[in-house]
Amino acid sequence: MTDATGPAPQRRELKQRSTSEANVRRRYAREKRFKLYGMLAVATAMAMLAILLVTIIGNGTSAFFQHEMALDVSIDAERLDLGPEPDEAALRTAPYLRVVRDALKADFPGISGRRERRSLYGLVSNGADFAVRDAVLANPAVVGTTHRVWVKTSDDIDTFLKGQMTGSERWQPAGAATPTATAGKVTIAAETGAFAGILADVRAHLGAVADSLLKQRGALERAIEREIAELGQLRASGGDEAGIARLDRAIERDKQEAASLTAEILDLRKRAAAAGGEEALGDGQPSYFVAINGGLVKLETVSDAEATGQALLPLADTDHAGAGEWSVVAYRVPEADRRVKDQEIAWIAKLQGEGRVEQRFNFDFFATGDSREPELAGIWGAVVGSFFTLVTTLLISFPIGVLAAVYLEEFAPKNRWTDLIEVNINNLAAVPSIVFGLLGLAVFLNFFGLPRSAPVVGGMVLALMTLPTIIIASRAALKSVPPSIREAALGMGASRLQTVGHHVLPLAMPGILTGTIIGMAQALGETAPLLMIGMVAFIVDVPGGFTDPATVMPVQIYLWADSPERAFVAKTSAAIMVLLSFLVLMNVLAVILRKRFERRW
Amino acid sequence: MLGGVVLVLAAAAFWLGRGQALAAAGGSARHLHSLPGYYGFYAALWCGVPALAVVLVWSVLDGSVIEAIVQASTPAGLDGLSADEFSLFMTDVRNTVSGNIVSNPTAEVRAAADHYRQLQSLSTWGLTVVGLVLAVAGMMIARRTIVPSLRSREAVEKAMMVLMIAASTIAILTTIGIVLSLLFESYRFFLKVPAAEFLFGLEWSPQTAIRADQVGSSGAFGAIPIFAGTLLITVIAMTVAVPIGLLSAIYMSEYASQRVRSVTKPLLEVLAGIPTVVYGFFAALTVAPAIRGWGEAVGLDVSSESALAAGAVMGVMIVPFVSSLSDDVISAVPQSLRDGSYGLGATKSETITRVILPAALPGIVGAVLLAVSRAIGETMIVVMAAGLAANLTANPFEAVTTVTVQIATLLVGDQEFDSAKTLAAFALGLVLFFVTLGLNVIALSVVRKYREKYD
Repeated sequence: MTDATGPAPQRRELKQRSTSEANVRRRYAREKRFKLYGMLAVATAMAMLAILLVTIIGNGTSAFFQHEMALDVSIDAERLDLGPEPDEAALRTAPYLRVVRDALKADFPGISGRRERRSLYGLVSNGADFAVRDAVLANPAVVGTTHRVWVKTSDDIDTFLKGQMTGSERWQPAGAATPTATAGKVTIAAETGAFAGILADVRAHLGAVADSLLKQRGALERAIEREIAELGQLRASGGDEAGIARLDRAIERDKQEAASLTAEILDLRKRAAAAGGEEALGDGQPSYFVAINGGLVKLETVSDAEATGQALLPLADTDHAGAGEWSVVAYRVPEADRRVKDQEIAWIAKLQGEGRVEQRFNFDFFATGDSREPELAGIWGAVVGSFFTLVTTLLISFPIGVLAAVYLEEFAPKNRWTDLIEVNINNLAAVPSIVFGLLGLAVFLNFFGLPRSAPVVGGMVLALMTLPTIIIASRAALKSVPPSIREAALGMGASRLQTVGHHVLPLAMPGILTGTIIGMAQALGETAPLLMIGMVAFIVDVPGGFTDPATVMPVQIYLWADSPERAFVAKTSAAIMVLLSFLVLMNVLAVILRKRFERRW
Repeated sequence: MLGGVVLVLAAAAFWLGRGQALAAAGGSARHLHSLPGYYGFYAALWCGVPALAVVLVWSVLDGSVIEAIVQASTPAGLDGLSADEFSLFMTDVRNTVSGNIVSNPTAEVRAAADHYRQLQSLSTWGLTVVGLVLAVAGMMIARRTIVPSLRSREAVEKAMMVLMIAASTIAILTTIGIVLSLLFESYRFFLKVPAAEFLFGLEWSPQTAIRADQVGSSGAFGAIPIFAGTLLITVIAMTVAVPIGLLSAIYMSEYASQRVRSVTKPLLEVLAGIPTVVYGFFAALTVAPAIRGWGEAVGLDVSSESALAAGAVMGVMIVPFVSSLSDDVISAVPQSLRDGSYGLGATKSETITRVILPAALPGIVGAVLLAVSRAIGETMIVVMAAGLAANLTANPFEAVTTVTVQIATLLVGDQEFDSAKTLAAFALGLVLFFVTLGLNVIALSVVRKYREKYD
């Protein structure tokens, strides 16, 4: 050891100081990065929650509003097979569908053919006759008069009107236009360039079709190459004649198809690259309408300044329409790809023009049970079913859970048996819910023979699932009551059961209730065990009691999510919103309970 | 019905017993051993408990007893029927009795239904008489024995203890019930399909023939593809959940201010409280098409029911589990360790990665194991977002199926209950139960041992 300091240590010291400074900077940088990772993780979790909620709410709000159509229904007693003084039973069972259809036909005279009539009747919901029936029952004096009844539109029309079926654009070309006829085939002559946009779109679409055909041809050519290679291998290895002949024919066929594809591609490209002239709108193209003089013309051929098509709604006259008095509407999704056809769009447009189509709040969603028709489906049946099931769960699991918790916490001797019970309860809390469903199926349905789909059985299965949660929460609440309370009660001469029942339990009750509410909230959202015991049936009626077949809200959501109709997506999201609001309510209740009544010792 | 009457009688017994005790003590409660209410409860228990017990047991068993009698006494002409035809006959009898549509109303069915109805009314009358007799007899006994010096409180408390012990054993009964029912049905399954083929077979296509000559009836019950599918989705879920959950827990327990914690912790609880059917719908509606769109834009071939979609959403669902359990574990590490590390000049991140995480590692591992067990047992997300075809693959873009999906689809279908197809669901349930049980036991013991180290 020496105290001598020379130039060499200084150099080393400088080097150490610079490397140590660099080290410190690196460590602080790593610290900042680590903190950033943590923040990112929290932000990601929050973002997922936000995306989930925004998607659900965005999809679901449209289900709360339903389009309705005003029909002027002539409630003719003869047509409805009603006598002069019909009683309520007769009014209830009269065939209202007839007058609904009459009203539709009266609005659009000139409909012929079964398919057109079916299309027309498809504008309104299948439950439209119930709306008329309700109006008649509310005021039997309307029999014999023409009464305006608001009926729900069918789910396809509703989806279309909400803009969920196809995107659309409307614009008013500059310049005037003149139609040549008022019905049937109509030619609209406009100033130059009025339809140029459409023409360009049509040609661009042809180019896109050509591109996709090109891809198809490319795949075909690759297939041909593979087949030729296979043929070569077969020939070399001396394979069977039949196989070689088959391959030969296949190659020929494919080559011909490739050639025809090439011709088609060339033709399409020529048409796409053309300027001026006219083009026909074919399949796979958007639908274009011209609204002029009160009528609607669906375009079939388009050129720069002229367009020809069919009048879906008759025009009032063939007068000259100035700039701004006529417009063009385009529906992006081609007619063949959507469920609402152009003729139906035209009819709805006419009704909208007369102010007979409105969007109203869908109160029926909260008042009716399930239905195969999306516009008629409601959530009330599932809400009542959930209510009965949860009441059963509460009535079974709360007493048993609290009693078990009291025993385990206050009275149980510390031996192997109670240890086993404790381990059991902790394990039961983590068993997958579907295993409880299997238990319910094997024991409650098969062994005891209880009714399927009944809220009682569902309640029992859910009670078994909620029991561990309640026991664990109650034990924690009981444990938090200080021993001084118990000792004071015992000192006053109370028995052990009296101590617990009169003093400890009431003080622990807020905690127990909080745990119970949280357990109930979990049970409200359970689906898998209820699927096993059969609560997945299609239940239309609102259940009236504990043993009527019923379904619960999560199962209803599951069933609607499986349905193919587009309108059910909105309904499912709306049902999820209802379920989540119930859950939020219960959790807020638990939090309020905890904040107001829980005492910290 | 009858139970309600017994309860009313028990309430009456309460008032009578209480009144009798007070009267016997000369109107004041001072000379009674227990509070007057206890004498009332004593009487009510004597009146109600035997009667209700008998009513309960009787009404549970009478259905099967009546059926056994009717079955044994059917005319000789029906002896030649096969088991299926006989059960059809019995269903007809039952439907006749309950007024439903009968498929084959022959004279024998009507005779047996009449017999059934007779036995039912006999049973109802018998039950009513026995129940009432027991209730009244109980009341008599109670009246006979109530005197001021009767230690009624002790008797009532003993009865309460029995009740509480019974309530506590329901947990054990539930576990026993689960294990027994699963074992029983799985045993019947393994009689039809050997266990080795089930556990080690590579092809899962559960079909059973309804008729002997049905084409395509050869069922393959090899469960390895299903286990592989479960494993794939669980791995994907863990890859999403563990980093996000662990880092969130670290951030919230070490770095976040009280304000941030008070906002983010409840929001994470919200993630845990959302029902899984909502996650499943979200996965099927939004996530799966989005992943498919991205995949096809890049040029991959993505199934519309890819394992990635289901696994990712399941991971999001599990984040709160990992996060809150890890948070507890990290908070439980003693401050002395942190102080020592800071004292040596470590930054916060170095303290966390070199001191706290290693100390908390057993607890975190326990948390992850619990999360894995939750992921394996999750049903609704995979039912709605994952596929049905058992596919043995490691490609997350393909559709796979899991144990829980198969259990759900096999039992929600319309096969009869005895076929190998539906019993396979119970075998799968058995495997699922024991795997999750094993994981839970290991996880809980690891967490408990860790807590012992520092407490």
